[in-house]
Amino acid sequence: MRAIVILPLVMFALIAGFFAWALFSRNDASILPSALIDQPAPAMKLEPLLAELPGLDVAALKGEVVLVNIFASWCPPCQVEHPVFMKLAQQKAVPIYGINYKDKPEAAKAWLQRLGNPYAGIGVDPLGRNAIEWGNYGVPETFVLDKQGRIRHRFVGPVTEDAWRDTLLPIVQKLRQ
Amino acid sequence: MRVLRLFLLLLLVLLPMAALAVQPDEVLSDPALEARAREISRNLRCVVCQNQSIDDSDAPLARDLRLLVRERLKAGDSDGQVYGFLVARYGDFVLLRPPVKPSTWLLWFGPAIVLVLGSVALVLWFRRRKAAVEPLPISEQERAQVSRLLEDR
Repeated sequence: MRAIVILPLVMFALIAGFFAWALFSRNDASILPSALIDQPAPAMKLEPLLAELPGLDVAALKGEVVLVNIFASWCPPCQVEHPVFMKLAQQKAVPIYGINYKDKPEAAKAWLQRLGNPYAGIGVDPLGRNAIEWGNYGVPETFVLDKQGRIRHRFVGPVTEDAWRDTLLPIVQKLRQ
Repeated sequence: MRVLRLFLLLLLVLLPMAALAVQPDEVLSDPALEARAREISRNLRCVVCQNQSIDDSDAPLARDLRLLVRERLKAGDSDGQVYGFLVARYGDFVLLRPPVKPSTWLLWFGPAIVLVLGSVALVLWFRRRKAAVEPLPISEQERAQVSRLLEDR
């Protein structure tokens, strides 16, 4: 009978604990897990955005760990992650391939001219239908592909310095071993 | 009669508010196929807004997926194949009605389990309480007191 006296306290502690976990674990429920983890990246051959740079041929990405980034010039968070990609390209940290999502080619070209081009290849997806093959639901999204061309991680939202250092870089390093 | 007329008027006024997300250019010419597309769309979650079906959502991705569903149906896919196509890319989350499988058993049967456990606990509690408040027999002295009080009245 004594137990019933502390029951409300126990329940409060449980609920408070759950709220604290939800608040502080950075477990954002709006970020969906990818259904394609450990699956081969969807085969596709996208037309190049720039004449001097290849497009995106997913089959040709095998052999090394690469990032595939879905971006658009109309997407503000893409501009946020862009300097990070520029830095990675300068350091030759990892090859980054782009999928230019629902963009006007002129707008995308002007955007890259203004901010620089960190991509090793950019394929265009004017209707956004190819991005659906990646389970994409917003821009930017960044996928890590292993040497066998399988999707090993999806990062939703802008790749900030922190996100690169704490999340993506460890994955890339592990996959290279 | 006047009430009815007023009611009909109100309905007419409210009708535009029920505007559909489905755009006229998306609608298939085959009504049977379109009906299937609508039904499937109602069961698919818009992954951008996350609490609406793609049939209800104005998000551009929802439109893309509506068109995709219709394309697959036109190509001869069964309903199951269309769902399968989207689940392969977006996971079970894309289904507004999660499938029953081991990882969702708790979701599906949890409420029933809570109901059963709660009922059992409630029954046990009431039984114990009943046993605890079983009235004690009154003594001879108390009985005499009661009859005296009743006589006084």
